[in-house]
Amino acid sequence: MTKKFVLGIYDDEDVLLQAIENVRAAGTKIYEVFSPYPIHGIDDVLGIKRSRLPIVAFFCGLFGMSFALWMQIWMLGFDWPMIIGGKPHIALPAFIPVTFELTVLCSAFGMVITFFIVTKLKPSLKVNVFDKRSTDDKYVMAIEVKEGVTDISALNNLLRSNGAIEVNEKEVTK
Amino acid sequence: MQHVSPIREPLVTGGKTYHDVTEDVCRQVEAKPNARWAAALAVALVGLAIFIYSTYRTLWYGIGEWGLNKTVGWAWDITNFVWWVGIGHAGTLISAILLLFRQKWRTSINRAAEAMTIFAVICAAMFPVLHMGRPWLAYWVLPLPNTFGSLWVNFNSPLLWDVFAISTYFSVSLVFWYIGLIPDFATIRDRATGPIARRAYAVLSMGWTGSAKAWSRHETISLILAGLCTPLVLSVHTIVSMDFATSVIPGWHTTIFPPYFVAGAIFSGFAMVLTLMIITRKVFKLEDYITLEHVESMNKVIILTGSIVGVAYITEFFIAWYSGVEYEQYAFINRATGPYWWAYWSMMTCNVITPQLFWFRSIRRSLTATFIISIFVNIGMWFERFVIIVTSLHRDFLPSSWAMFSPTIIDIGVYVGTIGLFFTLFLLFAKFFPVINMFEVKSILKSSSEVKHHPNGAMHGTNKDSHTNTHP
Repeated sequence: MTKKFVLGIYDDEDVLLQAIENVRAAGTKIYEVFSPYPIHGIDDVLGIKRSRLPIVAFFCGLFGMSFALWMQIWMLGFDWPMIIGGKPHIALPAFIPVTFELTVLCSAFGMVITFFIVTKLKPSLKVNVFDKRSTDDKYVMAIEVKEGVTDISALNNLLRSNGAIEVNEKEVTK
Repeated sequence: MQHVSPIREPLVTGGKTYHDVTEDVCRQVEAKPNARWAAALAVALVGLAIFIYSTYRTLWYGIGEWGLNKTVGWAWDITNFVWWVGIGHAGTLISAILLLFRQKWRTSINRAAEAMTIFAVICAAMFPVLHMGRPWLAYWVLPLPNTFGSLWVNFNSPLLWDVFAISTYFSVSLVFWYIGLIPDFATIRDRATGPIARRAYAVLSMGWTGSAKAWSRHETISLILAGLCTPLVLSVHTIVSMDFATSVIPGWHTTIFPPYFVAGAIFSGFAMVLTLMIITRKVFKLEDYITLEHVESMNKVIILTGSIVGVAYITEFFIAWYSGVEYEQYAFINRATGPYWWAYWSMMTCNVITPQLFWFRSIRRSLTATFIISIFVNIGMWFERFVIIVTSLHRDFLPSSWAMFSPTIIDIGVYVGTIGLFFTLFLLFAKFFPVINMFEVKSILKSSSEVKHHPNGAMHGTNKDSHTNTHP
């Protein structure tokens, strides 16, 4: 399926932020904005909600901690109890380092794997980049064109009047 | 989003635009390898060959190839292990702790420093694995079901804590580093002309497009990873120090070890970062990104941590006397005046005295002086571990078992070899990966660079937003 997009190219982040506000105020839905680095304040103007990845990190960490404690208590306390250095079988203070390390490990990996999944990042040879300059020094605002609904020339004017240095059209095969 | 004082020096000099940043960083990735890089790699490969040969001897003939004896059962191997792990700590400090403290000067050095962490931990891991004598059974350190006829691992042992600490540290650092690399790989991918480069960087960049939603998540996880790495890095050297501190050897059995080891680790790590960065900025012409301001900031960290280490040495000596324990007192007198006095005083000179020269601004800002002092610190910190390990062991409780340690050629070979391994990895990184974090440098460019001209005329060095937003 082919989708058609109008791309507004910007070269200043403040102009871009203002343009996003104006374009949205004009009732146009923005498909996506691409930038070479994270722009502060773009989440608010685009209406992006705060990521819930920290919650994922917390629960993965909680899992890691519980697993580590269970593992050590079960192995040394129940499965094969042994007296080591005259300490109790379940010597909790001595279990803290491993518990801490596994908490961090599970938290970090759980969060990062979730990030890859939700952001749809995976190793692949084919990448759909709308405009290659968006990983270098330009900001690209992509607006989807719906056949028969979107007035391209009006969109072109809207983007240009809001500081776009170029307006291009691009077809993307999904 | 920070307040930048107008009197603060810019972090990026030379009036760079966003495109200049891309060009300057991608240049060495895209260009053919230059002669200096090839020559350096050749030297590093010789080191790697020494490592392979020494490892082969150690594995084939056993640990008897090393100079260890019944009294001194830990020597160069553990010294080198602690030295390398310590070096790794600076990278995490720069990438995680300074991120939490919002120190923007970290942006241009964090990539290379984090790479250094990963390579240093790889080098460090070689030593305990080789010291096992039978490294093919290294998986026995993992808590595996006892179908081998053995018991579960001993979770009360600091050596086992080390297994968990080092492997977690390595894998989390690797992930943190890679997350930061993804957007920069995408930049290289979109510029690549050759088919191999385009494919390789396409795979490495995981299909990154730089959409606003992805950036939002990327920033969130970077912050959380920094928050996780901060206690992690502190725990790693704490646990390394517990390998010693939880034993009952005089000179090791002290509660000061964890903070003292962590400070020492950061101290030695910054010295190694400086050694590497001073060369890298010169070879790859990155003087506009790694400026004297950066060197000076790192030198300030060196004075702080070097002074903490100095205070720790003196405290240890004082407490040995104050404890009234004669073995403890003997261990320390023996360190300073016994047969290894030269190692002790090398440590004192290199770690306590030389870094104090950084109180002078002209020395902090001199590249030659910084480079020389950083080498001194590297040497001093190696001696610190040698002193702690060998002097505490070589005269144990029974004078009949007193002994000296002298390294064999294989001991030296494994150590020199890991330096070769380290530089081989670092040089390959410097050639094929972006050595400076492009997207982070771009994100500070507007607030902290010497911008002379801009198409919209909107920014001049410190611009309006950097003043209006004083809260992070």
